[in-house]
Amino acid sequence: MLTDFPGCSAGSIVSPCYLSACQGENMAGLMAAFGCYTHAIVRGVPTSLAKEALRTGQAEVDSSKAQREHDAYVHVLRSTLGLEIVELPADETLPDCVFVEDAAVVCGDTALITRPGAESRRRETEAVKGALKELNLNIVEMADENATLDGGDVLFTGREFFVGLSKRTNQRGAEILADAFKDYAVSTVPVLEGLHLKSFCSMGGPGLIVIGSSEPAQKALKIMQQMSDHRYDKLTVPDDLAANCIYMNLPNKGQVLLHCPREEYPESAKVFEKLKDHMLVPVSNSEKVKVDGALTCCSVLINKKANN
Amino acid sequence: MTTEAGSETEVKEKEEKPAAGLDQSERATAESQEAAAAEGDAEKEKDGKGISRYLPTWFKKQKSQGQTSPTEEAPSPEKPGGDPEEVPEVNGHAEEVEEREAVGPLRGQVAEKEAERQSDASADTEPAGEEKVVGGAEVAGEGGAGEKEEDEAEERAPAGDGQPSIFQSPLRLVRRSKMKLVVCHVTLLDGSDFACEVEKRAKGLFLFFKVCEHLNLLEKDYFGLTFTDHHEQKCWLDPTKEIKRQIRSNNWQFAFNVKFYPPDPSLLTEDITRYLLCLQLREDVASGRLPCSFVTHALLGSYTLQAEIGDYEPDQPRPLDYISQLTFAPNQSKEMEEKILELHKSHKGMTPAQADAQFLENAKKLSMYGVDLHHAKDSEGVDIMLGVCANGLLVYKDRLRINRFAWPKILKISYKRNNFYIKIRPGETEQFESTVGFKLQNHRSAKRLWKVCVENHSFFRLNAPEPPTTPRFLTLGSKFRYSGRTQTQTRLASTLIDRPAPAFERTSSKRVSRSLDGAPMISITEASRDATENGHEPHLDLHSDSKDHDKTQDEVLKHQASVSELKRSFMEAPPASPPQPNLWEKRLSSSPAAATRAQRPAAVPEKEEEAAAAAAENCDAKEVSKTTEVEIEETVVVREISAKAVVPEVPGQEAEEGAGLAQKKKKMKQRDSVSSESESDEEAEYQPNVPVSISRTQIPEEEEEQEKPPEEEVSPPARSENQADEKKEAEEPTATPGDAPNGPAQRQEADARPLAPPHQDHAPKVNGEAAAVDTRPQVICCSQPPVVKTEMVTISDTFAAQKTEIATKEVPIVHTETKTITYEAAQLDGSGDGEPGVLMTAQTITSESLCTTTTTHITKTLKGGLSETRIEKRIVITGDCDIDHDEALAQAIKEAKEQHPDMSVTRVVVHKETELAEEED
Repeated sequence: MLTDFPGCSAGSIVSPCYLSACQGENMAGLMAAFGCYTHAIVRGVPTSLAKEALRTGQAEVDSSKAQREHDAYVHVLRSTLGLEIVELPADETLPDCVFVEDAAVVCGDTALITRPGAESRRRETEAVKGALKELNLNIVEMADENATLDGGDVLFTGREFFVGLSKRTNQRGAEILADAFKDYAVSTVPVLEGLHLKSFCSMGGPGLIVIGSSEPAQKALKIMQQMSDHRYDKLTVPDDLAANCIYMNLPNKGQVLLHCPREEYPESAKVFEKLKDHMLVPVSNSEKVKVDGALTCCSVLINKKANN
Repeated sequence: MTTEAGSETEVKEKEEKPAAGLDQSERATAESQEAAAAEGDAEKEKDGKGISRYLPTWFKKQKSQGQTSPTEEAPSPEKPGGDPEEVPEVNGHAEEVEEREAVGPLRGQVAEKEAERQSDASADTEPAGEEKVVGGAEVAGEGGAGEKEEDEAEERAPAGDGQPSIFQSPLRLVRRSKMKLVVCHVTLLDGSDFACEVEKRAKGLFLFFKVCEHLNLLEKDYFGLTFTDHHEQKCWLDPTKEIKRQIRSNNWQFAFNVKFYPPDPSLLTEDITRYLLCLQLREDVASGRLPCSFVTHALLGSYTLQAEIGDYEPDQPRPLDYISQLTFAPNQSKEMEEKILELHKSHKGMTPAQADAQFLENAKKLSMYGVDLHHAKDSEGVDIMLGVCANGLLVYKDRLRINRFAWPKILKISYKRNNFYIKIRPGETEQFESTVGFKLQNHRSAKRLWKVCVENHSFFRLNAPEPPTTPRFLTLGSKFRYSGRTQTQTRLASTLIDRPAPAFERTSSKRVSRSLDGAPMISITEASRDATENGHEPHLDLHSDSKDHDKTQDEVLKHQASVSELKRSFMEAPPASPPQPNLWEKRLSSSPAAATRAQRPAAVPEKEEEAAAAAAENCDAKEVSKTTEVEIEETVVVREISAKAVVPEVPGQEAEEGAGLAQKKKKMKQRDSVSSESESDEEAEYQPNVPVSISRTQIPEEEEEQEKPPEEEVSPPARSENQADEKKEAEEPTATPGDAPNGPAQRQEADARPLAPPHQDHAPKVNGEAAAVDTRPQVICCSQPPVVKTEMVTISDTFAAQKTEIATKEVPIVHTETKTITYEAAQLDGSGDGEPGVLMTAQTITSESLCTTTTTHITKTLKGGLSETRIEKRIVITGDCDIDHDEALAQAIKEAKEQHPDMSVTRVVVHKETELAEEED
């Protein structure tokens, strides 16, 4: 746990009022809470994913199963949660294109189009940018050729950003992100293991960080805690990969958590199941995870409500 | 003293200064006795340390009020100074006194300064009749008198009485006649320029208070003054040090800024404070110092519009025109302006205060809110920024936060040359403390960063400021500590703010300003201000002593005129000015008060020069006048008596000597404390986590002042306090080499100057008392025949006493001068004094402002079938020479009159204490 920093109103972290966290343009609506989303951008799974997508592991990907899982994922977002889905067509020349999260970081009404660390993925941003423009977001591009940033390395807590410095993301990329979201503190966290920062952590609620139990994960959490003026609770799950979940705070639904199912990570699933205040939605991700794709990777979540 | 004025007698408006008969002889004796007693007490008290230190002054006061007992027992004249503790009823006070005293040494500097100023001011006032008596004793004496009166008096008077004093702005009264005055330009948060004159040697706090007063700001601890040093660096003006020695470049240009950004502005008590914070933040945002996104810029801008121009009006002609003249962001685009307008529309109905609050609610969440950035390099020479904030120290590389050290993690902060170090508490897994070093541009930067860290840590993390480390001779390293109130303390203090929300205009941007705030409130403050200003202005120009003097009189007249409304007025003016050590000499000489006194023979140099004193005064006066600094504590007691006005006599005027001693002691102490502050530029350490000891390094002026008043009220205790204060002063002379910034300079000056006691300087024309007397009558006696003026000036030789205390021969001698002037309605005093009456109720209310503290004591007495309500107000004006006491007095009377239109003023006693410094030989 974080140390308690007097003067920093630790209690308020849990409060739903965050400055422009998710409230779109009209910040007068300070009631918008962390996790408020109205839209989600997703992208089809190219068949090239099975063979050509970048990966750190060796496992073979079942292409059709991946497709089914992805469809289920989109279904949850659209039908279960009621988000408006912007579905981009898959591009076979971009085997990793389903992982739209890496192509853009959206916070409030600003969208930062990233410069993915993997050269083969750079073109993925084009379609995503187009979709974001369609949604009238302010687009900020990462023009600097020395900068790289994958959205998977960006953890937004509602009050600040943590950017993992990983194989895919460098300091310069983080700086540009800091420039794009000036309201927030942007702290860097070295990612010693795993692909992305969010390969072992994510937000499970306002002020709640879900973290894997591996040593690198715990170490990263310590750093985050040290770097923050705010106090976070943590939810530790046995499996690092299971620590990647999706938190939303939706009208009529309340707190929603998309997390790994029992079949994939039984121990970790049990931990999630202990959360009483959340509407828990297990979502399978057994195939995409083989190419380092986690739950958050497959969508860009946007809150446009205030804009209408 | 005696006397009282028939209540019915209406002193017409011009009569405000009825002279009262004083029993000088009586007084004198009393005083002397008191003094002796006082001495002892003062010492005792000195040692006492109370928790009260931590408490904000106001808090203390209140407490004191509660404790204050009716004062049935008229204190015998002898007692007053003496043992507060012995007086049963006064116990509460006594305690307080002790506490204060304990604090005393620490804040001594400030106190002294103020005192000096006051003395000057008082001097002006004194034209009428002045007596020199030795210091604190008089006050005590008065107190005693007061009590008697009180006994007779009936209770009445709303607690509110005290308040006016809060609003009073004695500082404004500043008068510059004899001192070297400098015009300071302070850029306020709304961009306007506030010009004011301060004595050249004024400390930072004085100027700061003046500014706060001008702004009508009570929650001032979050703010500070900055100046640009010759390296183009923005520095905080140290309130405890002379301005002159900080700015060096002789560029008296300052800016009023937020120093500590409150993490939660909604906890601020007053809207005006929030408004000022808003102004600062708007500037921060517009300049880019506080980075924020487009949306946030727009949102903040829209709240600004709402606060400043109110609701959006569709028919407003081309809103974009005026909006584009305003700066909301570093790169303001048309798009942003449109967005601002759009958002502005949505704020309809929001009051300015609400808009400000919303503005702050959003601004406070910005990550760079309240972060003070400093350029540095890490150990590898990489450029980084160090950010100091409420929570700790942040390390940035470009815009990224790469590390953070929360205050609890930091064991020690230090700097050495251009290196800045923090020692880190070992983590759970680590065994040893680690030290992280950063390189700053130069040692000045390192020191500046270090100071900011010390201050921020103290303000946000401690309950009370850390005491200075014990003074050591020849110690290297800065002992700098934060001297103000901590956030905890200021919050506590804020909760005690009890005034109607002051009206203020939101004119920040010179935009269309129409304030939507609540109905305009006419606050006492304003009235007083006006009065003050009027009185004042004429004086400012004067530089020559004689002129000043004249003007002073004129002013006095004016004041009186204003006061004239009083039906009966009694003025008791007990000026007591104890001589001070060298440090203070300068001030003395330059202070107006000094000048006034100079005219009178009264000032008695202790040692050899007694006889010569008078003569010397005249001669030296001119020279001295330039440099002299005077510490004056002035007590103005305004008593209103409804039915029968009975003016009790002023019991104690003795104790002077004692007071003198006390002062010396105090000064010595103070010195010590001061010395502890000495800084070496080379290096310093600060250990943030060191358990906070009870004592505070320095207590802001306010507190001191505030504390004082209550004391005075109850005579016995009051006495002790005064003495305590004096002690502080007294101590100063001992100054160790390293100490107070001022010390050296002052000394030098002192040396340069001829021995002549400072007071003498200004009075070019008048040699003897007679002359002085003559003068005064003219000025003050506009009143009717019944008025009797009495003056008494006593100069006590404190030297002997001092000797015992101070071993070093070099220690400057402190002369204490006390003047008491009493104006009373001449009428029926017999009845009043003679009959004790039955005390029905008594009540004491205290309030204070910058340099004045008003204690209102209300007693109801049943006397011979008549019930009488007597309200006695003690207004203590503390400050340096710059205070225009005449004005302050006039204002006090006026206010008293206004507050109790149905009552008459029966007596006014002006009691002035000044410390006169003699030269070391």
